[in-house]
Amino acid sequence: MPISKADVEKIAELARLELTSEETESFTEQLSSILEHIDKLNELETADVEPMSHCSTAGGDTEYARRDDVTRPSLGQRLAVENAPDAEAGYFKVPRVIGG
Amino acid sequence: MELKHLSVASLRNLIASREVTAVEVCRNALGRIEELSELNAFITTTAEPALASAEQLDRAAEKGEPLPKLAGAIIAIKDNMVMRGVRTTAGSRILFNYKPPYTATAIERLQAAGAIIIGKTNCDEFAMGSSTENSAYGPVRNPWDPARVPGGSSGGSAVAVAAGMAMGALGSDTGGSIRQPASLCGVVGLKPTYGRVSRYGLIAFGSSLDQIGPFANSVEDAAAILDVIAGRDVNDSTSSNAEVDDYSAALTGDVRGLRVGVPREYYGEGLDPEVKEKTEAAIKRLEEMGAKIVDVSLPHTEYAVPVYYLIATAEASANLARFDGVRYGFRAEDAGTLKEMYSRTREHGFGAEVKRRIMLGTYALSAGYYDAYYGKAQKVRALIERDFRNAFGSCDVIATPTAPTPAFKLGEKADNPLEMYLSDIYTITANLAGIPGISLPCGLSSNGLPIGVQLIGRQFDEATLLRAARNLEQALGFDSTPAAIRNNG
Repeated sequence: MPISKADVEKIAELARLELTSEETESFTEQLSSILEHIDKLNELETADVEPMSHCSTAGGDTEYARRDDVTRPSLGQRLAVENAPDAEAGYFKVPRVIGG
Repeated sequence: MELKHLSVASLRNLIASREVTAVEVCRNALGRIEELSELNAFITTTAEPALASAEQLDRAAEKGEPLPKLAGAIIAIKDNMVMRGVRTTAGSRILFNYKPPYTATAIERLQAAGAIIIGKTNCDEFAMGSSTENSAYGPVRNPWDPARVPGGSSGGSAVAVAAGMAMGALGSDTGGSIRQPASLCGVVGLKPTYGRVSRYGLIAFGSSLDQIGPFANSVEDAAAILDVIAGRDVNDSTSSNAEVDDYSAALTGDVRGLRVGVPREYYGEGLDPEVKEKTEAAIKRLEEMGAKIVDVSLPHTEYAVPVYYLIATAEASANLARFDGVRYGFRAEDAGTLKEMYSRTREHGFGAEVKRRIMLGTYALSAGYYDAYYGKAQKVRALIERDFRNAFGSCDVIATPTAPTPAFKLGEKADNPLEMYLSDIYTITANLAGIPGISLPCGLSSNGLPIGVQLIGRQFDEATLLRAARNLEQALGFDSTPAAIRNNG
């Protein structure tokens, strides 16, 4: 199914990507061609197939790791903000959320 | 001391008997990395801590202390696994200065076993690619022909091993990102069963598909590395409790009576004739050694690429939402509001392929399209998984080509994403089904490029897979040393 430039602009907004107009053009074309390939899946009748969301559901005999629900030491505030582009007093700083 | 001709086990013995020091092996590797820097295999080297660990091992050897299993083994790590205090970029500009506060479980286990971590290898940005051209740190070149790609996305790890810069390496494989570059660079690459190796500390791409695994010069070394990294980890709830076999011990034994399935769907249109010929010759060798060759069918194979590019991109679009300029990495400076900051940071921080996949994944998950795309893909994924279960009713391992062609030229597929995606056509099925696969070199093309054969096994049956691979490797006697390095002495 071909997608339009307007579709691409809407997806970019959802994905929080401020695309250039060249990117919008090229993604419209490329995503349309990829989706055309993907439409091949519609050849298959799958009404009665259970979706597979994860490999742990595949064999049915696999148990995955759990740990006891007890408190453990965590990263701590100092390390948690150490890589932040902007931080102050152990908090992340960001531009204003509302307005503008 | 040529690392290409040294096994992990023999190096440990040489260090223990003081015939070789860990420090000289480490210096040798660092020298090779420097000498072949034009291949661009590493983003960051960790010379200082590596030499310090090597010195520590030499002191232990001097005192006659018992050495751990991977003592002195020089291991390179794909730069999408975090290591405390060592810059980790995932090949992306958005993480250009990220110094993780913790270390991935697989790396910790290697270090505890005496391995020397030599550095972080170049890769496609967030492991998205099949050529290692999508790195913000420049493309990686193939040591067999520097005009060609090494495959991807773990191209730097494959090159590090192929060119003797490391004895082994870790990669991650979401749709073939270990096996395909192993094939194109003439080394062994193993993707274990989903959940066999902890993903804690692996920067997530497609969480239901991602798996860490080893590159090595031999099946024996790959097994030794898997022995160390496999097993449950409470920090990754998808790591499995299934019993971990002794993979090194499993290598002994022949392949008499082993049933090798050959799926006809993997030998059709798009397969390079030379790759087909070498793969079939490898299967013939298995037969000569007593394996039983059986025809099997995996009828939904042709749907694997579309299923993969919906599931992997959907999961990626969710996983990559965390890169928003708040907690780590790059932040666009010129934004007035928070929302502008997010959008500009991501626009400038991500490369084209990553944006393309985020867009596709966001679309597949968006209201009105979820059932038609993501939901449909999950159902067809179940059919692909069922194909394998049916096939393994009549065989023990499945033999296929690893990649449809040998290494292609840099830039050759850069403008055609779909064509690039098709280079993973034989590898993505194992990720979708969650089962293990290994690529090992089976010969050279007429223009001197390595060709890999892939063996696929049952869930958690790496032991049989490795035994079959080991037998085949010995029968083929392939020398995985690129000519340029062989001539170098």
